[in-house]
Amino acid sequence: MMDQTVASRTDVVGSLRRIRADFPILSQKVHGKDLVFLDSAASAQKPRQVIDAMADTMRTQYANIHRGLYWMSERTTEAYEAVRDQVAAFLGAQAREEIVFTRNSTEAINLVAHSFGSLLKPGQVVLVSEMEHHANLVPWQMLRDRTGVELRVTPITDDGALDMDALARNLSDGQVALVAITHMSNVLGTITDARAIADMAHAAGAKVLFDGSQLAVHRRVDVRALDADFYVVTGHKLYGPTGIGVLWARREILDAMPPFLGGGDMISTVSFERSTWASVPHKFEAGTPAIIETIGLGAALAYIESIGFDAIGAHEEALTAHALKVLGNVSGLKVIGTAPDRGGVISFTMDDVHPHDIATLLDRNGIAVRAGHHCAEPLMRRLGVSATARASFGIYTTPEEIDFLAATLEQIRGFFV
Amino acid sequence: MAQDDLYRTVVLERARTPRYAGPLAGAQLQGEGSNPLCGDRVKLQAGVDAQGRVTALRHETRGCAICAASADLMAERVAGQDRARISQMHAELVTAVETGIAPEGLGDLSVFAPLHRHRSRIRCAMLPWSALIGMLNDDKDR
Repeated sequence: MMDQTVASRTDVVGSLRRIRADFPILSQKVHGKDLVFLDSAASAQKPRQVIDAMADTMRTQYANIHRGLYWMSERTTEAYEAVRDQVAAFLGAQAREEIVFTRNSTEAINLVAHSFGSLLKPGQVVLVSEMEHHANLVPWQMLRDRTGVELRVTPITDDGALDMDALARNLSDGQVALVAITHMSNVLGTITDARAIADMAHAAGAKVLFDGSQLAVHRRVDVRALDADFYVVTGHKLYGPTGIGVLWARREILDAMPPFLGGGDMISTVSFERSTWASVPHKFEAGTPAIIETIGLGAALAYIESIGFDAIGAHEEALTAHALKVLGNVSGLKVIGTAPDRGGVISFTMDDVHPHDIATLLDRNGIAVRAGHHCAEPLMRRLGVSATARASFGIYTTPEEIDFLAATLEQIRGFFV
Repeated sequence: MAQDDLYRTVVLERARTPRYAGPLAGAQLQGEGSNPLCGDRVKLQAGVDAQGRVTALRHETRGCAICAASADLMAERVAGQDRARISQMHAELVTAVETGIAPEGLGDLSVFAPLHRHRSRIRCAMLPWSALIGMLNDDKDR
Protein backbone atom coordinates (compact mmCIF):
# COMPACT_ATOMS: atom_id res chain seq x y z
CA MET A 1 0.00 0.00 0.00
CA MET A 2 1.23 3.41 -0.89
CA ASP A 3 2.39 5.72 1.82
CA GLN A 4 -0.42 8.18 2.52
CA THR A 5 1.61 11.36 1.97
CA VAL A 6 2.92 10.03 -1.31
CA ALA A 7 -0.60 9.08 -2.33
CA SER A 8 -2.02 12.51 -1.57
CA ARG A 9 0.94 14.18 -3.26
CA THR A 10 0.27 12.09 -6.35
CA ASP A 11 -3.37 13.18 -6.21
CA VAL A 12 -2.36 16.80 -6.01
CA VAL A 13 0.07 16.52 -8.92
CA GLY A 14 -2.47 14.58 -10.96
CA SER A 15 -5.30 17.01 -10.34
CA LEU A 16 -3.04 19.98 -10.99
CA ARG A 17 -2.09 18.44 -14.33
CA ARG A 18 -5.77 17.98 -15.17
CA ILE A 19 -6.58 21.54 -14.17
CA ARG A 20 -3.72 22.93 -16.26
CA ALA A 21 -4.95 20.95 -19.24
CA ASP A 22 -8.25 22.85 -18.99
CA PHE A 23 -6.50 26.18 -19.64
CA PRO A 24 -5.46 26.31 -23.30
CA ILE A 25 -3.37 29.45 -22.82
CA LEU A 26 -0.98 27.67 -20.47
CA SER A 27 0.52 25.81 -23.41
CA GLN A 28 1.46 29.09 -25.13
CA LYS A 29 5.04 30.22 -25.45
CA VAL A 30 6.21 33.74 -24.66
CA HIS A 31 9.49 34.87 -26.20
CA GLY A 32 10.05 31.20 -27.00
CA LYS A 33 9.63 30.18 -23.34
CA ASP A 34 6.84 28.35 -21.57
CA LEU A 35 4.34 30.84 -20.19
CA VAL A 36 4.59 31.10 -16.41
CA PHE A 37 1.53 33.12 -15.55
CA LEU A 38 1.85 34.71 -12.11
CA ASP A 39 -0.59 37.58 -12.55
CA SER A 40 -3.92 35.96 -11.77
CA ALA A 41 -4.73 38.64 -9.20
CA ALA A 42 -4.94 41.14 -12.06
CA SER A 43 -7.03 38.81 -14.19
CA ALA A 44 -7.16 35.04 -14.24
CA GLN A 45 -6.88 32.83 -17.32
CA LYS A 46 -9.95 31.07 -18.68
CA PRO A 47 -10.64 27.34 -18.79
CA ARG A 48 -12.04 25.80 -21.97
CA GLN A 49 -15.34 25.24 -20.14
CA VAL A 50 -15.80 29.03 -20.03
CA ILE A 51 -14.54 29.57 -23.56
CA ASP A 52 -16.81 26.82 -24.89
CA ALA A 53 -19.87 28.01 -22.99
CA MET A 54 -19.53 31.47 -24.47
CA ALA A 55 -18.77 30.26 -27.98
CA ASP A 56 -21.61 27.69 -27.84
CA THR A 57 -24.02 30.41 -26.76
CA MET A 58 -23.10 32.52 -29.76
CA ARG A 59 -23.16 29.51 -32.08
CA THR A 60 -26.37 27.85 -30.97
CA GLN A 61 -28.50 29.76 -28.51
CA TYR A 62 -28.30 33.50 -28.63
CA ALA A 63 -30.87 36.27 -28.64
CA ASN A 64 -31.65 39.27 -26.49
CA ILE A 65 -33.20 38.39 -23.15
CA HIS A 66 -36.30 39.22 -21.09
CA ARG A 67 -38.30 40.65 -23.99
CA GLY A 68 -38.29 38.20 -26.85
CA LEU A 69 -41.43 36.11 -27.25
CA TYR A 70 -39.71 33.44 -29.28
CA TRP A 71 -37.85 30.27 -28.48
CA MET A 72 -34.28 31.57 -28.80
CA SER A 73 -34.89 34.54 -26.55
CA GLU A 74 -36.66 32.43 -23.95
CA ARG A 75 -33.82 29.88 -23.87
CA THR A 76 -31.18 32.63 -23.60
CA THR A 77 -33.16 34.31 -20.82
CA GLU A 78 -33.27 31.01 -18.96
CA ALA A 79 -29.52 30.52 -19.34
CA TYR A 80 -28.84 34.08 -18.21
CA GLU A 81 -31.18 33.96 -15.22
CA ALA A 82 -29.86 30.54 -14.20
CA VAL A 83 -26.51 32.21 -13.58
CA ARG A 84 -28.21 34.52 -11.08
CA ASP A 85 -29.22 31.42 -9.13
CA GLN A 86 -25.70 30.07 -9.41
CA VAL A 87 -24.19 33.32 -8.12
CA ALA A 88 -26.72 33.44 -5.29
CA ALA A 89 -25.65 29.95 -4.23
CA PHE A 90 -21.97 30.78 -4.74
CA LEU A 91 -22.17 33.75 -2.36
CA GLY A 92 -24.64 32.24 0.08
CA ALA A 93 -27.29 34.84 -0.73
CA GLN A 94 -30.76 34.50 0.76
CA ALA A 95 -32.50 35.13 -2.55
CA ARG A 96 -31.70 35.43 -6.24
CA GLU A 97 -33.16 38.96 -6.25
CA GLU A 98 -30.18 40.05 -4.18
CA ILE A 99 -27.82 39.45 -7.11
CA VAL A 100 -27.27 42.44 -9.38
CA PHE A 101 -25.13 41.95 -12.46
CA THR A 102 -22.67 44.74 -13.17
CA ARG A 103 -19.74 45.17 -15.51
CA ASN A 104 -17.15 44.48 -12.80
CA SER A 105 -16.43 45.19 -9.11
CA THR A 106 -15.64 48.80 -9.90
CA GLU A 107 -19.08 49.33 -11.40
CA ALA A 108 -20.71 47.49 -8.50
CA ILE A 109 -19.05 49.85 -6.00
CA ASN A 110 -19.95 52.86 -8.11
CA LEU A 111 -23.55 51.65 -8.15
CA VAL A 112 -23.58 51.58 -4.35
CA ALA A 113 -21.78 54.94 -4.12
CA HIS A 114 -24.32 56.60 -6.41
CA SER A 115 -27.47 54.89 -5.26
CA PHE A 116 -27.00 54.06 -1.57
CA GLY A 117 -24.73 57.10 -1.42
CA SER A 118 -27.58 59.37 -2.49
CA LEU A 119 -29.43 58.39 0.70
CA LEU A 120 -26.60 59.66 2.92
CA LYS A 121 -26.62 63.09 4.52
CA PRO A 122 -23.74 65.59 4.74
CA GLY A 123 -21.70 64.84 7.82
CA GLN A 124 -22.33 61.11 7.66
CA VAL A 125 -19.17 59.10 7.16
CA VAL A 126 -17.96 56.49 4.68
CA LEU A 127 -15.06 54.58 6.21
CA VAL A 128 -12.46 52.85 4.03
CA SER A 129 -9.05 51.38 4.81
CA GLU A 130 -5.55 52.39 3.86
CA MET A 131 -5.15 49.31 1.66
CA GLU A 132 -8.06 49.83 -0.69
CA HIS A 133 -7.81 49.40 -4.43
CA HIS A 134 -8.65 52.66 -6.19
CA ALA A 135 -11.98 51.00 -7.07
CA ASN A 136 -13.02 51.14 -3.41
CA LEU A 137 -11.64 54.60 -2.79
CA VAL A 138 -12.25 56.89 -5.74
CA PRO A 139 -16.05 56.32 -5.93
CA TRP A 140 -16.30 57.38 -2.27
CA GLN A 141 -14.15 60.44 -2.88
CA MET A 142 -16.47 61.36 -5.73
CA LEU A 143 -19.47 60.82 -3.44
CA ARG A 144 -17.84 63.04 -0.81
CA ASP A 145 -17.28 65.79 -3.36
CA ARG A 146 -20.89 65.52 -4.61
CA THR A 147 -22.73 65.31 -1.33
CA GLY A 148 -20.55 66.44 1.55
CA VAL A 149 -20.29 63.10 3.31
CA GLU A 150 -17.02 62.61 5.14
CA LEU A 151 -14.50 60.05 3.93
CA ARG A 152 -12.53 58.51 6.76
CA VAL A 153 -9.53 56.18 6.41
CA THR A 154 -8.61 53.38 8.80
CA PRO A 155 -4.88 52.69 8.82
CA ILE A 156 -3.11 49.37 8.52
CA THR A 157 -0.46 48.02 10.85
CA ASP A 158 3.17 47.72 9.74
CA ASP A 159 2.70 44.06 8.81
CA GLY A 160 -0.18 44.98 6.52
CA ALA A 161 -3.17 43.95 8.64
CA LEU A 162 -6.16 46.21 9.23
CA ASP A 163 -5.67 48.15 12.46
CA MET A 164 -8.74 46.96 14.36
CA ASP A 165 -8.18 49.35 17.28
CA ALA A 166 -8.12 52.26 14.87
CA LEU A 167 -11.26 50.89 13.21
CA ALA A 168 -13.00 50.91 16.59
CA ARG A 169 -11.90 54.50 17.20
CA ASN A 170 -13.06 55.55 13.74
CA LEU A 171 -16.49 54.06 14.44
CA SER A 172 -16.85 55.47 17.93
CA ASP A 173 -18.60 58.77 17.11
CA GLY A 174 -21.57 56.94 15.60
CA GLN A 175 -21.43 59.01 12.40
CA VAL A 176 -20.30 56.20 10.11
CA ALA A 177 -23.02 55.16 7.69
CA LEU A 178 -20.96 52.71 5.64
CA VAL A 179 -17.76 50.77 6.19
CA ALA A 180 -16.29 49.83 2.77
CA ILE A 181 -13.28 47.57 3.11
CA THR A 182 -11.45 44.99 1.09
CA HIS A 183 -11.87 41.34 2.03
CA MET A 184 -8.41 40.61 0.60
CA SER A 185 -5.79 43.13 -0.41
CA ASN A 186 -4.66 42.98 -4.02
CA VAL A 187 -1.24 44.24 -2.97
CA LEU A 188 -0.48 42.67 0.40
CA GLY A 189 -2.50 39.47 0.17
CA THR A 190 -3.95 40.37 3.58
CA ILE A 191 -7.29 38.74 4.32
CA THR A 192 -9.37 40.93 6.59
CA ASP A 193 -11.54 39.58 9.39
CA ALA A 194 -14.77 40.45 7.63
CA ARG A 195 -17.10 39.05 10.30
CA ALA A 196 -15.38 41.05 13.04
CA ILE A 197 -15.51 44.19 10.87
CA ALA A 198 -19.21 43.62 10.16
CA ASP A 199 -19.97 43.16 13.86
CA MET A 200 -18.12 46.36 14.75
CA ALA A 201 -19.80 48.29 11.94
CA HIS A 202 -23.26 47.08 12.89
CA ALA A 203 -22.70 47.83 16.58
CA ALA A 204 -21.90 51.39 15.51
CA GLY A 205 -25.03 51.60 13.34
CA ALA A 206 -23.16 51.37 10.03
CA LYS A 207 -23.69 49.16 7.01
CA VAL A 208 -20.72 47.24 5.65
CA LEU A 209 -19.50 46.61 2.10
CA PHE A 210 -16.75 44.16 1.30
CA ASP A 211 -14.72 44.30 -1.87
CA GLY A 212 -14.37 40.57 -2.50
CA SER A 213 -12.67 40.89 -5.90
CA GLN A 214 -9.60 39.02 -4.67
CA LEU A 215 -10.99 36.88 -1.89
CA ALA A 216 -13.85 35.21 -3.74
CA VAL A 217 -11.31 33.47 -5.95
CA HIS A 218 -9.55 31.79 -3.08
CA ARG A 219 -12.06 31.09 -0.33
CA ARG A 220 -15.75 30.37 -0.10
CA VAL A 221 -17.76 33.48 0.57
CA ASP A 222 -20.89 33.23 2.65
CA VAL A 223 -22.41 36.69 2.83
CA ARG A 224 -24.83 35.63 5.53
CA ALA A 225 -22.15 34.09 7.73
CA LEU A 226 -20.11 37.28 7.27
CA ASP A 227 -23.21 39.33 8.14
CA ALA A 228 -22.34 41.63 5.23
CA ASP A 229 -24.69 44.23 3.77
CA PHE A 230 -22.97 44.61 0.39
CA TYR A 231 -20.46 42.30 -1.30
CA VAL A 232 -18.88 42.79 -4.72
CA VAL A 233 -17.01 40.36 -6.96
CA THR A 234 -15.75 40.43 -10.52
CA GLY A 235 -15.97 37.65 -13.07
CA HIS A 236 -12.62 37.96 -14.78
CA LYS A 237 -10.65 37.14 -11.65
CA LEU A 238 -12.90 34.11 -11.07
CA TYR A 239 -11.63 32.43 -14.26
CA GLY A 240 -14.60 33.96 -16.07
CA PRO A 241 -14.78 36.58 -18.79
CA THR A 242 -14.28 40.31 -18.50
CA GLY A 243 -17.30 42.60 -18.53
CA ILE A 244 -19.31 40.82 -15.85
CA GLY A 245 -19.32 41.52 -12.14
CA VAL A 246 -21.73 41.12 -9.27
CA LEU A 247 -23.18 43.26 -6.55
CA TRP A 248 -24.83 41.34 -3.76
CA ALA A 249 -26.81 43.33 -1.22
CA ARG A 250 -29.53 42.59 1.28
CA ARG A 251 -32.93 42.70 -0.35
CA GLU A 252 -34.31 45.39 1.92
CA ILE A 253 -31.34 47.65 1.22
CA LEU A 254 -31.67 47.18 -2.54
CA ASP A 255 -35.40 47.86 -2.30
CA ALA A 256 -34.73 51.17 -0.56
CA MET A 257 -32.07 52.28 -3.03
CA PRO A 258 -32.93 54.42 -6.08
CA PRO A 259 -31.89 53.16 -9.53
CA PHE A 260 -28.36 53.78 -10.77
CA LEU A 261 -28.57 53.90 -14.56
CA GLY A 262 -31.81 54.54 -16.42
CA GLY A 263 -32.98 52.85 -19.59
CA GLY A 264 -34.63 49.73 -20.86
CA ASP A 265 -35.17 46.71 -18.63
CA MET A 266 -35.02 48.68 -15.38
CA ILE A 267 -38.49 50.18 -15.69
CA SER A 268 -41.97 49.07 -14.85
CA THR A 269 -43.90 51.74 -16.79
CA VAL A 270 -42.71 54.74 -18.77
CA SER A 271 -44.52 57.86 -19.89
CA PHE A 272 -43.19 61.27 -20.81
CA GLU A 273 -44.25 62.53 -17.39
CA ARG A 274 -42.71 59.83 -15.25
CA SER A 275 -41.46 56.30 -15.06
CA THR A 276 -41.71 53.65 -12.41
CA TRP A 277 -39.02 51.18 -11.65
CA ALA A 278 -38.82 47.46 -12.06
CA SER A 279 -38.36 45.43 -8.91
CA VAL A 280 -34.90 44.35 -7.79
CA PRO A 281 -32.57 43.26 -9.21
CA HIS A 282 -33.77 44.52 -12.61
CA LYS A 283 -34.10 48.07 -11.25
CA PHE A 284 -30.29 48.12 -11.30
CA GLU A 285 -29.74 46.44 -14.66
CA ALA A 286 -30.49 49.03 -17.32
CA GLY A 287 -30.05 48.12 -20.97
CA THR A 288 -29.06 44.88 -22.62
CA PRO A 289 -26.66 43.25 -20.18
CA ALA A 290 -23.50 41.27 -20.86
CA ILE A 291 -25.49 38.16 -21.76
CA ILE A 292 -22.67 36.05 -23.16
CA GLU A 293 -20.28 37.08 -20.40
CA THR A 294 -22.86 36.24 -17.75
CA ILE A 295 -23.24 32.77 -19.21
CA GLY A 296 -19.43 32.56 -19.21
CA LEU A 297 -19.43 33.52 -15.53
CA GLY A 298 -21.87 30.70 -14.87
CA ALA A 299 -19.48 28.25 -16.50
CA ALA A 300 -16.60 29.65 -14.45
CA LEU A 301 -18.50 29.23 -11.18
CA ALA A 302 -19.46 25.68 -12.14
CA TYR A 303 -15.80 25.01 -12.89
CA ILE A 304 -14.67 26.39 -9.54
CA GLU A 305 -17.35 24.38 -7.73
CA SER A 306 -16.26 21.24 -9.58
CA ILE A 307 -12.81 21.62 -8.02
CA GLY A 308 -14.15 22.84 -4.72
CA PHE A 309 -12.87 25.45 -2.31
CA ASP A 310 -11.35 22.80 -0.04
CA ALA A 311 -8.97 21.74 -2.80
CA ILE A 312 -8.43 25.31 -4.02
CA GLY A 313 -7.70 26.52 -0.50
CA ALA A 314 -5.30 23.68 0.26
CA HIS A 315 -3.44 24.14 -3.01
CA GLU A 316 -3.09 27.90 -2.62
CA GLU A 317 -2.13 27.74 1.02
CA ALA A 318 0.66 25.28 0.19
CA LEU A 319 1.79 27.40 -2.78
CA THR A 320 1.84 30.60 -0.72
CA ALA A 321 3.84 28.99 2.07
CA HIS A 322 6.24 27.57 -0.51
CA ALA A 323 6.55 30.94 -2.27
CA LEU A 324 7.19 32.86 0.94
CA LYS A 325 9.94 30.37 1.74
CA VAL A 326 11.74 30.32 -1.61
CA LEU A 327 11.31 34.04 -2.29
CA GLY A 328 12.62 34.71 1.22
CA ASN A 329 15.83 32.99 0.16
CA VAL A 330 16.39 35.33 -2.81
CA SER A 331 19.12 37.82 -1.88
CA GLY A 332 17.84 41.33 -1.29
CA LEU A 333 14.21 40.35 -1.76
CA LYS A 334 11.73 41.88 0.66
CA VAL A 335 8.14 40.68 0.84
CA ILE A 336 5.74 43.60 1.39
CA GLY A 337 2.91 42.53 3.67
CA THR A 338 3.23 39.85 6.30
CA ALA A 339 -0.20 39.83 7.91
CA PRO A 340 -0.99 36.57 9.68
CA ASP A 341 -3.97 35.74 7.48
CA ARG A 342 -2.96 36.10 3.86
CA GLY A 343 -3.51 34.60 0.46
CA GLY A 344 -1.55 33.91 -2.69
CA VAL A 345 -0.73 37.48 -3.68
CA ILE A 346 2.86 38.39 -2.89
CA SER A 347 4.30 41.86 -3.43
CA PHE A 348 8.02 42.34 -3.18
CA THR A 349 10.95 44.59 -3.84
CA MET A 350 14.50 43.44 -4.58
CA ASP A 351 17.28 45.78 -3.44
CA ASP A 352 17.11 48.89 -5.59
CA VAL A 353 16.13 47.07 -8.74
CA HIS A 354 13.08 48.87 -10.11
CA PRO A 355 9.99 46.63 -10.27
CA HIS A 356 9.51 47.51 -13.94
CA ASP A 357 12.98 46.23 -14.76
CA ILE A 358 12.21 43.09 -12.76
CA ALA A 359 8.96 42.59 -14.68
CA THR A 360 10.53 43.10 -18.11
CA LEU A 361 13.39 40.71 -17.38
CA LEU A 362 11.02 38.11 -15.97
CA ASP A 363 8.87 38.50 -19.08
CA ARG A 364 11.88 37.69 -21.26
CA ASN A 365 11.88 34.36 -19.44
CA GLY A 366 8.19 33.80 -19.99
CA ILE A 367 7.19 34.84 -16.47
CA ALA A 368 4.27 37.26 -16.22
CA VAL A 369 4.10 39.31 -13.02
CA ARG A 370 2.59 42.69 -12.28
CA ALA A 371 4.75 45.68 -11.41
CA GLY A 372 3.70 49.15 -10.40
CA HIS A 373 1.39 50.67 -7.83
CA HIS A 374 -1.35 48.04 -8.37
CA CYS A 375 -4.10 50.69 -8.38
CA ALA A 376 -3.36 51.40 -4.72
CA GLU A 377 -1.28 54.58 -4.68
CA PRO A 378 -2.15 55.65 -1.13
CA LEU A 379 -1.08 52.22 0.12
CA MET A 380 2.22 52.51 -1.76
CA ARG A 381 2.86 55.82 0.00
CA ARG A 382 2.03 54.24 3.35
CA LEU A 383 4.52 51.46 2.61
CA GLY A 384 7.15 53.99 1.53
CA VAL A 385 7.63 52.50 -1.94
CA SER A 386 6.70 53.89 -5.34
CA ALA A 387 6.09 50.48 -6.83
CA THR A 388 6.44 46.78 -6.14
CA ALA A 389 6.58 43.64 -8.21
CA ARG A 390 3.75 41.21 -7.50
CA ALA A 391 3.42 37.50 -8.11
CA SER A 392 -0.04 36.05 -7.66
CA PHE A 393 -1.28 32.51 -7.92
CA GLY A 394 -4.24 30.68 -9.32
CA ILE A 395 -5.58 27.15 -9.30
CA TYR A 396 -3.18 26.29 -12.14
CA THR A 397 0.00 27.60 -10.52
CA THR A 398 2.66 24.98 -9.74
CA PRO A 399 5.42 24.99 -7.11
CA GLU A 400 7.91 24.50 -9.95
CA GLU A 401 6.80 27.82 -11.48
CA ILE A 402 7.50 29.54 -8.19
CA ASP A 403 10.93 27.90 -8.00
CA PHE A 404 11.63 29.17 -11.52
CA LEU A 405 10.52 32.66 -10.49
CA ALA A 406 12.89 32.63 -7.51
CA ALA A 407 15.84 31.35 -9.55
CA THR A 408 15.23 33.92 -12.28
CA LEU A 409 14.96 36.73 -9.73
CA GLU A 410 18.31 35.71 -8.30
CA GLN A 411 19.82 35.95 -11.78
CA ILE A 412 18.21 39.33 -12.45
CA ARG A 413 19.65 40.65 -9.23
CA GLY A 414 23.06 39.54 -10.50
CA PHE A 415 22.73 41.99 -13.41
CA PHE A 416 22.08 44.97 -11.24
CA VAL A 417 23.93 44.56 -7.99
CA MET B 1 18.27 32.73 -18.33
CA ALA B 2 17.54 34.70 -21.44
CA GLN B 3 19.87 37.68 -21.39
CA ASP B 4 17.94 40.54 -22.77
CA ASP B 5 19.50 42.69 -25.45
CA LEU B 6 17.65 45.64 -23.96
CA TYR B 7 19.59 45.45 -20.72
CA ARG B 8 22.99 45.79 -22.31
CA THR B 9 26.04 46.83 -20.34
CA VAL B 10 25.70 50.47 -21.28
CA VAL B 11 22.14 50.62 -19.91
CA LEU B 12 23.04 48.87 -16.67
CA GLU B 13 26.19 50.96 -16.20
CA ARG B 14 24.50 54.28 -16.82
CA ALA B 15 21.64 53.35 -14.54
CA ARG B 16 24.00 52.25 -11.77
CA THR B 17 26.65 54.99 -12.13
CA PRO B 18 25.25 57.91 -14.07
CA ARG B 19 27.76 60.44 -15.40
CA TYR B 20 25.41 63.39 -15.71
CA ALA B 21 23.31 63.12 -12.57
CA GLY B 22 22.82 65.94 -10.08
CA PRO B 23 22.15 69.66 -10.18
CA LEU B 24 23.89 72.01 -12.64
CA ALA B 25 25.51 75.10 -11.18
CA GLY B 26 24.27 78.25 -12.90
CA ALA B 27 21.54 76.44 -14.84
CA GLN B 28 19.27 78.68 -16.90
CA LEU B 29 16.56 76.14 -17.61
CA GLN B 30 14.71 73.75 -15.36
CA GLY B 31 12.36 71.05 -16.46
CA GLU B 32 10.56 68.08 -15.02
CA GLY B 33 8.68 65.09 -16.26
CA SER B 34 6.86 62.32 -14.49
CA ASN B 35 4.94 59.24 -15.34
CA PRO B 36 2.00 58.86 -12.97
CA LEU B 37 1.49 55.27 -14.12
CA CYS B 38 4.74 54.08 -12.59
CA GLY B 39 5.92 56.96 -10.42
CA ASP B 40 9.08 57.61 -12.46
CA ARG B 41 10.28 61.20 -12.29
CA VAL B 42 13.01 63.15 -14.07
CA LYS B 43 14.23 66.61 -13.13
CA LEU B 44 16.44 68.47 -15.61
CA GLN B 45 18.69 71.50 -15.41
CA ALA B 46 20.39 72.99 -18.46
CA GLY B 47 22.59 75.77 -19.58
CA VAL B 48 22.04 77.43 -22.98
CA ASP B 49 24.28 79.79 -24.93
CA ALA B 50 23.38 82.86 -26.97
CA GLN B 51 22.82 80.73 -30.07
CA GLY B 52 20.30 78.59 -28.22
CA ARG B 53 22.58 75.60 -27.95
CA VAL B 54 22.39 73.44 -24.85
CA THR B 55 25.79 73.85 -23.23
CA ALA B 56 25.26 71.28 -20.48
CA LEU B 57 22.45 69.14 -19.11
CA ARG B 58 22.10 67.40 -15.76
CA HIS B 59 19.33 65.12 -14.56
CA GLU B 60 17.98 63.80 -11.30
CA THR B 61 16.07 60.63 -12.08
CA ARG B 62 13.97 58.42 -9.89
CA GLY B 63 12.92 55.49 -11.95
CA CYS B 64 13.79 52.23 -13.60
CA ALA B 65 17.07 51.39 -15.29
CA ILE B 66 15.69 52.21 -18.75
CA CYS B 67 14.54 55.67 -17.65
CA ALA B 68 17.74 56.42 -15.72
CA ALA B 69 20.04 55.27 -18.53
CA SER B 70 18.01 57.17 -21.10
CA ALA B 71 18.31 60.37 -19.07
CA ASP B 72 22.05 59.96 -18.70
CA LEU B 73 22.72 59.14 -22.35
CA MET B 74 20.45 62.02 -23.35
CA ALA B 75 22.46 64.44 -21.20
CA GLU B 76 25.63 63.25 -22.89
CA ARG B 77 24.27 63.50 -26.41
CA VAL B 78 22.50 66.85 -26.31
CA ALA B 79 25.39 68.87 -24.87
CA GLY B 80 26.55 71.33 -27.53
CA GLN B 81 23.50 70.73 -29.76
CA ASP B 82 20.91 73.26 -30.85
CA ARG B 83 17.15 72.78 -30.65
CA ALA B 84 16.83 71.62 -34.23
CA ARG B 85 19.37 68.84 -33.77
CA ILE B 86 17.84 67.83 -30.42
CA SER B 87 14.41 67.58 -32.04
CA GLN B 88 15.92 65.47 -34.77
CA MET B 89 17.57 63.13 -32.23
CA HIS B 90 14.26 62.83 -30.40
CA ALA B 91 12.49 61.95 -33.65
CA GLU B 92 15.17 59.38 -34.49
CA LEU B 93 14.85 57.80 -31.06
CA VAL B 94 11.07 57.60 -31.50
CA THR B 95 11.61 55.84 -34.82
CA ALA B 96 14.07 53.43 -33.18
CA VAL B 97 11.77 52.41 -30.32
CA GLU B 98 8.74 52.16 -32.59
CA THR B 99 10.40 50.09 -35.31
CA GLY B 100 13.35 48.41 -33.64
CA ILE B 101 15.60 49.86 -36.34
CA ALA B 102 17.98 52.56 -35.21
CA PRO B 103 18.56 55.33 -37.76
CA GLU B 104 22.23 55.95 -38.53
CA GLY B 105 23.76 58.56 -36.29
CA LEU B 106 21.73 57.59 -33.23
CA GLY B 107 24.89 56.27 -31.59
CA ASP B 108 24.55 54.91 -28.05
CA LEU B 109 20.87 55.82 -28.06
CA SER B 110 20.31 52.86 -30.36
CA VAL B 111 20.51 50.62 -27.26
CA PHE B 112 16.83 51.49 -26.77
CA ALA B 113 15.74 50.10 -30.14
CA PRO B 114 14.82 46.69 -28.59
CA LEU B 115 12.03 48.52 -26.73
CA HIS B 116 9.87 47.99 -29.79
CA ARG B 117 9.30 44.49 -28.39
CA HIS B 118 8.49 45.89 -24.93
CA ARG B 119 5.91 48.47 -25.85
CA SER B 120 4.83 49.07 -22.27
CA ARG B 121 8.37 50.26 -21.51
CA ILE B 122 8.79 52.76 -24.35
CA ARG B 123 7.50 55.53 -22.12
CA CYS B 124 10.31 54.81 -19.64
CA ALA B 125 12.96 55.69 -22.23
CA MET B 126 10.99 58.61 -23.61
CA LEU B 127 10.20 60.31 -20.28
CA PRO B 128 13.52 62.24 -20.07
CA TRP B 129 13.13 63.32 -23.68
CA SER B 130 9.57 64.60 -23.18
CA ALA B 131 10.83 66.56 -20.18
CA LEU B 132 13.67 68.00 -22.26
CA ILE B 133 11.52 68.94 -25.24
CA GLY B 134 8.94 70.46 -22.88
CA MET B 135 11.65 72.49 -21.13
CA LEU B 136 13.10 73.79 -24.40
CA ASN B 137 9.67 74.67 -25.79
CA ASP B 138 8.77 76.54 -22.62
CA ASP B 139 11.99 78.50 -23.00
CA LYS B 140 11.27 79.26 -26.65
CA ASP B 141 7.76 80.51 -25.77
CA ARG B 142 9.08 83.00 -23.24
